[in-house]
Amino acid sequence: MENKKGTAIVVTSGKGGVGKTTTSANLGTGLAMLGKSVVIVDADIGLRNLDVVMGLENRIVYDIVDVVEKTCRLKQGLIRDKRFEKLYLLPAAQTRDKSAVKPEQMIELVNELKDEFDYIIIDSPAGIEQGFQYSIAGADLAIIVTTPEISAVRDADRVIGILEAKGLHDHRLLINRIRPDMVKKGDMMNREDIEDILAIDLIGIVPDDEEIVISTNKGEPAVIEGRSLAGKAYMNIAKRILGEEIELLDIEDDNEGKISKIFKLIFGK
Amino acid sequence: MDLFKMFGKKQEKSKNIAKERLKLVLVHDRSDLSPRFLDMIKTDIIRVITEYADIDEEGLDIKMTDRKEMVIQDPCPPWLPIFQSLR
Repeated sequence: MENKKGTAIVVTSGKGGVGKTTTSANLGTGLAMLGKSVVIVDADIGLRNLDVVMGLENRIVYDIVDVVEKTCRLKQGLIRDKRFEKLYLLPAAQTRDKSAVKPEQMIELVNELKDEFDYIIIDSPAGIEQGFQYSIAGADLAIIVTTPEISAVRDADRVIGILEAKGLHDHRLLINRIRPDMVKKGDMMNREDIEDILAIDLIGIVPDDEEIVISTNKGEPAVIEGRSLAGKAYMNIAKRILGEEIELLDIEDDNEGKISKIFKLIFGK
Repeated sequence: MDLFKMFGKKQEKSKNIAKERLKLVLVHDRSDLSPRFLDMIKTDIIRVITEYADIDEEGLDIKMTDRKEMVIQDPCPPWLPIFQSLR
């Protein structure tokens, strides 16, 4: 076994329905497209969804609970993606509940996966209960997904607080479903508003995009086709995870002046 | 074009309302204090003030914010509606 010592990234949010699974699928696929070996772990036991978003629902034999309970070997539980050789999915169990996995078991699993993969993307369930607790247990970095709505930002703040308390200090914010038209009218909080309130570093913004619905219908993450704004935004975030400095997509409002933009370009944030 | 918008009073952007509400909610969330505890503080503050001044308790609005300085709004809000000083 080669010793890779990969990085484990948990995708979490507190609030449900903000795009954790879509984000996990796209970032995992994006990293694989950039040549990394990746496993995406569906940690939402009882509400399995990553398999359909990835278009791999017909290949499932074993799941995360089988692996953790050692009903099967780790390699048997992993499903290889049909498009990218180095991309794998570890599906959630559908007929069990969140009490089936303990944080210690998750840490052990993630450590095993780290030996095999460059990146382990953990798709956390919504909420801050057991499922969330074991999802963050083995993670090195947390990506907190939010949308520009009061409820989602509030929950994100709560999650950030819990991550800090648990000692997971490396976390970045992903703002999903920004609508430039509404931002322009002043009817939607923009990137700066949300950054201001949450005071954490941003890893990217993803526009609200019909293509996400279409790509999910097909079981093909938007990042693959890559022409949609959301697909591009996800690829940029994957590159940022690899340490590349990529500018934010220009989907935002223009309420900051040109000079301040140039300043930002030169002096960073 | 919306005539009301042209001539009417300028409406506050809804995102600013969202931000203000969110900030206030987060101050409470982050403080980790129970609403009961805050209510006890409020009651105590009112009790102390009434020892020195006759105030309209109904009109008193005590909010917790994370502002480092007091913001004096113009016109000065009746946040402390004193009827008359007791001293």
